[in-house]
Amino acid sequence: MSNDILVKVRNLSFSRGSRLIFDNISLDIPHGKITAIMGPSGTGKTTLLQLIGGQLKPQAGFIDVGGHVIGDLNRRQLYRARRDMGLLFQSGALFSDLNVFENVAFPLRAHTKLSESMIRDLVLMKLEAVGLRGARELQVSQLSGGMARRVALARALALDPQLMMYDEPFTGQDPISMGVLVRLIKRVHDALGMTSIIVSHDVPETAGIADYIYLLAGGKVIGQGTPAELQRSQSPYVEQFMHGLADGAVPFHYPAAAYQADLLEAVE
Amino acid sequence: MNNSKWMETTVGVFILLAIASLLFLAFKASDFSRLDNKNSYVVSAEFDNIGALKPRAAVAVAGVKIGQVEAIKLDPQTYRAIVYLRISDRHENIPMDSSASILTAGLLGANYISISPGFENQYLGNGGQISDTHPALILEDMIGQLLFSMKNDKAAEADKDKGENT
Amino acid sequence: MISQIRKLGDQGLNVCNELGYSGIFLFRTLFHKPRLTKSFPLLIRQMYAIGVLSLPIILVSAVFIGMVVALQGFNILNKFSATEELGQMVALSVVRELGPVVSALLFAGRAGSALTAEIGLMKATEQLASMEMMGVDPMWRVISPRFWAGFYSLPLLVIIFCAIAIIGGYLVGVVWLGVDNGAFWNNMQASVDFRIDAINGVIKSIVFGFVVTWIAVFQGYACIPTAEGISRATTRTVVYSSLAVLGLDFVLTALMMGGW
Repeated sequence: MSNDILVKVRNLSFSRGSRLIFDNISLDIPHGKITAIMGPSGTGKTTLLQLIGGQLKPQAGFIDVGGHVIGDLNRRQLYRARRDMGLLFQSGALFSDLNVFENVAFPLRAHTKLSESMIRDLVLMKLEAVGLRGARELQVSQLSGGMARRVALARALALDPQLMMYDEPFTGQDPISMGVLVRLIKRVHDALGMTSIIVSHDVPETAGIADYIYLLAGGKVIGQGTPAELQRSQSPYVEQFMHGLADGAVPFHYPAAAYQADLLEAVE
Repeated sequence: MNNSKWMETTVGVFILLAIASLLFLAFKASDFSRLDNKNSYVVSAEFDNIGALKPRAAVAVAGVKIGQVEAIKLDPQTYRAIVYLRISDRHENIPMDSSASILTAGLLGANYISISPGFENQYLGNGGQISDTHPALILEDMIGQLLFSMKNDKAAEADKDKGENT
Repeated sequence: MISQIRKLGDQGLNVCNELGYSGIFLFRTLFHKPRLTKSFPLLIRQMYAIGVLSLPIILVSAVFIGMVVALQGFNILNKFSATEELGQMVALSVVRELGPVVSALLFAGRAGSALTAEIGLMKATEQLASMEMMGVDPMWRVISPRFWAGFYSLPLLVIIFCAIAIIGGYLVGVVWLGVDNGAFWNNMQASVDFRIDAINGVIKSIVFGFVVTWIAVFQGYACIPTAEGISRATTRTVVYSSLAVLGLDFVLTALMMGGW
């Protein structure tokens, strides 16, 4: 059973300054499945991906990816481990001084000694997979937001990673490119047989493709299960998040003194 | 690809421009060519007083620059100044009995060494010595002497007047 | 009172922290694993962005500085009827001081600020982070080529600056004001020593190139990755590197005058 778990997060605690972001959380990311990490903005979902990728070190607990404890690796081992990971950044993070083709070719050139024609074939395959083979000569500044994200996806897939992480892939997309991205993530996942982690707060899109969902809030895991289980959950917080209710366990109002008292105070 | 060719070309032009500038600084703006140790030889000359002569001052024959002062030392026995002159190989026919004097360029200009050629058939070589030297003329000394001699003249005249009166 | 002392201590610690961090950063830049075949095209690219694109401002300033030094010098030397010494004056002031210092200041403003802004932007748009996630060290891919390109470019720019400034002085002194052509160049040659004056100028420019580029890439790499953070880092680059250039210029001049 434990062989089916690719990423193990155990008793993880992490804080930025005095703000505690993760308070002793544990998660399992199963092999070959799409796992979604969901939660409201500011709960450190992106931080979790940075911890898995080794860009940050946990203050307590550990993260095990495919048998390597990420926090204990030295720089060289970490860089090697990262070749098996792909991370799609929220902004795409394409290199602005290279064109689309060179962006996708970048990891291949950096890590392999393939011939130029092999690189060309591989890049065109990856670009074809995201439907942008025709855009290979474009500069990064000429791409729309959705296209940039698809190019970034092609780049992240260039080395065929075992583990693919998506950081807020649906944020700020129009409905069409959102639909394209949802389908693309699902298709790529199925075609390449990899493990995917999606960090998002877009409930319907994520719930549509995820096999399992972890719901984070206030540094804790407050709910987990298949999308259907969570939809039916009776927990007030989970219910509020999954159905997008304005008021509930998370109050609409930021904590304040009583409204009336506040107004009267201003008069005095 | 075109873009990177353009970059390589301009960077190449940039470096060439810098090399050309360095050559300009070396040969047009400074005395790099004259400092070449291979194409020159050194002679020495002893002076009673060199005035304000400095290393790198010009050495000239008939006003034409043929070299420069390499170093200045003090002879501990005789208390005279030994001046080493580096002279270009192109001017290797300076007679042994030439004389050297320290002159001033203009009224307030820098000191330089002027060599007046002699008549011998043997020439100065590397390590040769110019024995006939004329020290620098020190302006203050000259003015002092002038004042002194004027005073003497006056005194002599006064004596003469006295003698005539008596 | 106590809180002010605490503030001072806090700032002192911050300065030490930043110095130490930038030292480690420099160490990593200088001693990264070299990959010559892959680094060379990157270096050429940065030499273009840093050196070649700074060339126009260096050329224009050099001509004007040479001309103004000649004009000012002519008026002063004219009082002593020593205008034939103009060549010496222009060449020495340009080669010893103005060339290295003015080029370095212009370089800090033109190339240094651009470096900081570019690296800062790459950080803000997660390009550096994504490079790291791809297992590529941004040190050798981004920082190192920029650092070396700046380090090589400034001395080249200074040499060009000196030559052009002397030509500017020649234009004003000889062509316009009528100083004798032979006297202009001869006096210059007699008084400028290539090994002392010109080489010292180049040594200064090497030191300035090192310091200005170091400050620029470090400020970019360490900036807060927001629009405000980048603009502050850019300002800091120009201020710090200008101060460093002027301060170091005094120290180097004192060393060169005293020692040699």
